[in-house]
Amino acid sequence: MWVYVVKRIFLMIPTLFGISLISFFIIQLPPGDYLTSLLASMSDSGQTIDPAEIARMRATYGLDDPMVVQYFKWISGIVLRGDFGYSFEWGRPVSDLIWDRMGSTLSISLAALVFVWAVSLPIGIYSAVHRHSVGDHVATFFGFLGLAIPNFILALTLMYVSYKYFGQSVGGLFSPEYIGADWTWGRVWDLFMHLWIPIVVIGTSGTAALIRILRANLTDELSKPYVVTARAKGLSEFNVVMRYPVRIALNPFVSAIGWVLPNLISGVTITAIVLNLPTAGPLLLRALVSQDMYLAGSFILLMGVLTLIGMLISDVLLALLDPRIRFT
Amino acid sequence: MPMTTQTPSATALAKPTRAQHDDLVSAAASAPVLSVRGLSIDFHLRTHVLHAVRDVSFDLFSGQTLCLVGESGSGKSVTARALLRLIDPQAKVSGGSITLQGPDGELRLDTLAPNGREIRAVRGGRIGLIFQEPMSSLSPVHTIGSQIVEALLLHRKMTKAEAKAETVKLLRQVEIANPEQMADRYTFEFSGGMRQRAMIAMALACKPDILIADEPTTALDVTTQAEIMDLIARLQRETGMAMLMITHDLGLVAEVADSVAVMRWGRVVEQGPVDAIFHAPHHPYTRKLLSATLRLDTAAKRTAPATTGQPLLSVRGLCKGFGTTNWRGQQTFAIKAVDDVSLDLWPGENLGIVGESGSGKTTLGRMLLRIIEPSNGSILWQGNGQAAEVTKMQRPELAQYRSAVRLVFQDPFASLNPRMTVKQVIADPLIVAGALKGAALEARVGDLLELVGLERSAMERYPHAFSGGQRQRIGIARALALDPRVIIADEATSALDVSIRAQVLDLLLDLQKRLDLSFVFIAHDISVVRYFCDRVVVMHKGRIVETGPAEQICTRPAEPYTQSLISAVPNPDPRNRRMLHRTRFGA
Repeated sequence: MWVYVVKRIFLMIPTLFGISLISFFIIQLPPGDYLTSLLASMSDSGQTIDPAEIARMRATYGLDDPMVVQYFKWISGIVLRGDFGYSFEWGRPVSDLIWDRMGSTLSISLAALVFVWAVSLPIGIYSAVHRHSVGDHVATFFGFLGLAIPNFILALTLMYVSYKYFGQSVGGLFSPEYIGADWTWGRVWDLFMHLWIPIVVIGTSGTAALIRILRANLTDELSKPYVVTARAKGLSEFNVVMRYPVRIALNPFVSAIGWVLPNLISGVTITAIVLNLPTAGPLLLRALVSQDMYLAGSFILLMGVLTLIGMLISDVLLALLDPRIRFT
Repeated sequence: MPMTTQTPSATALAKPTRAQHDDLVSAAASAPVLSVRGLSIDFHLRTHVLHAVRDVSFDLFSGQTLCLVGESGSGKSVTARALLRLIDPQAKVSGGSITLQGPDGELRLDTLAPNGREIRAVRGGRIGLIFQEPMSSLSPVHTIGSQIVEALLLHRKMTKAEAKAETVKLLRQVEIANPEQMADRYTFEFSGGMRQRAMIAMALACKPDILIADEPTTALDVTTQAEIMDLIARLQRETGMAMLMITHDLGLVAEVADSVAVMRWGRVVEQGPVDAIFHAPHHPYTRKLLSATLRLDTAAKRTAPATTGQPLLSVRGLCKGFGTTNWRGQQTFAIKAVDDVSLDLWPGENLGIVGESGSGKTTLGRMLLRIIEPSNGSILWQGNGQAAEVTKMQRPELAQYRSAVRLVFQDPFASLNPRMTVKQVIADPLIVAGALKGAALEARVGDLLELVGLERSAMERYPHAFSGGQRQRIGIARALALDPRVIIADEATSALDVSIRAQVLDLLLDLQKRLDLSFVFIAHDISVVRYFCDRVVVMHKGRIVETGPAEQICTRPAEPYTQSLISAVPNPDPRNRRMLHRTRFGA
């Protein structure tokens, strides 16, 4: 098992190398670079820049070097010095910008994952055990509703509701008076009051999917002979269901970690923009639009790392949960 | 009830071990442990109500075994599960009573709440249950030990440590080697026979008064079946529990039963002591069942074709290793599934391949068709006059070879695509070969259906509309579609009920006469092999142990392994029980 984990971690290195290479080259694919898009936006607003100044900036940033050289400069900085490069647009080192954003992204993602689990597990079990009952139909109805409503519409609705009926400031993670304030209980409560909207919005679609998966899996498992064996032992119905079939039907829950992380980071950009969340999505989008290549590249690289880690965690958990899965 | 009064002569004959537990029996003979009166169960289906069990009555006595016999769908399993109130939600007990005698008086099981405390105390505590499928009736994600510990903690006042120690003791009692280590292993690390032993240990953990065994050995091969039945008989002697055994195998019934109830279409048609059922059956259905079983044993032997000319198929030194690749990507053979097998098949001959599960017989059959690539050895095909090496054939040649050598599968339910009509199923090989089209194709499919004894009109229907025997006929028609020379039948009759089995075997023999076929017949059922085959190859651990004429192998086997295999086969005669004192093979 440990040998397997170490092996997987070593295998991540070439994968990450591939991710970094591909992401860097994709970022470079659009014609031009940061300076050309800067020039374009400046000339739009009637300003001009001295061509000599531009040539000087090009030389400093190394924008005229071949792509391979640029890539090598960037990646060696990361590997050797932990230096992710310099954001042209923000005029600050990428690492200054990125960690805050990644942290909030990760915490919102994890909170959403916990929400998804907490909601879909009991509903899924209920739906499977009481299949075709009224409760099952109601849960299924709301599940599909959650799946069908676009996230940003749900976000707008919830923002409206919380502003209109709870009188809260909406958007972002904190009310204006707490931004940049020290951590107090008031600030934590404020964070919580803001956090539930993105968590519910981001979680609903995943919840519906997991309910359906759990219901289908558990329905299959419930008719297996070992469930009858458990009943024939004299276990109560609750224990029979929870100890045996649910345990086996849980596998998709654990695999969810693997796909939920990348999905939450890249898939919820629109929601994050609507809710003005300080997550990675909106920043990445702007970096890509303005060809701020080091910022964008670093984001994509870090997301790659997160995805790989998520996959590894889910694989290891799966092996712990189900002894039939063995790693050698 | 008639079965409670056994004649002295029947008692004396019924079981060699009778004397040993006579006193146990006489102590309990007056009052049954469990009595069922007029039990009826209805299934409320979407369109109609199915009366699965009608007016069934029987008694179970301490130290005695009652066998419920019947073909699939006769309601025997539902009856057994109803005793524990473990029937599906759409099934309802519509009448009758189930009375369990206990230390604190009678307990009416049929009136208890379906999942209440009282019935749960009976389940596992007073009545233990063993199922047919040892592969799937234990949880795959819990250790064997933890599943037994759970049962112990439920019904016996024990600490966890005591329960662990008791579990090891139980596993030792069911003859599992190294019980301390095996208790911490998972289900998938146990073989089928070991799982069934673990299942028995679990059912017996709380010393139940009654053991219900629902086809406990159907999924196991003969030698394992004999060992499991030995074990159950020994435990029954030691604990004096009553047993209700459900089976469709009359041979097994003759070996273990004290009394028998024959079920058909939900009713008990005949009930009585085992000797009376086998030697003086009254009901025509019992007689039919018996004759279907016995006919295979007593039938006139076929005249074997000459084995002097040129063989159709010659296999020499065939090997198959399964294993892993090492870090350099080289194959390392951990298991040799088939090891240096050589055999010949002559035209018009039926060659039987017998052996326990894991002996490599299925792998061998698949290698003959190169569905599994052999690791080594040669297969010489001489069907077209000149010899062709099958292992070196390229695509068009191989396709031609495969149209001459066809396969019939074991499971008639899984081997037909449920989304294709019978016409599509049977026509598939013809379409793949590009042989026929349109009206000619339809005519051919109709002919094939008639050939296997089905109506032409069956072609428009889907496989689910047919019974197991009919489906196997469809599978045979599919195999015949390309006018093959050889048919490899892999356990083709083992999933069928006895009476259907005989019909399908006769169909195959009839087809052989009309179409000049040769069969490679892979089976574990010795009586079928004896009825059907001319020569038999006995396999053990991938190797051929013995080859010879079927009659000689089945009656006078030369090798010790074959002797142990043959003596483990249940004999459908309660006056001549051979399984329980069989020859054992120590290897």
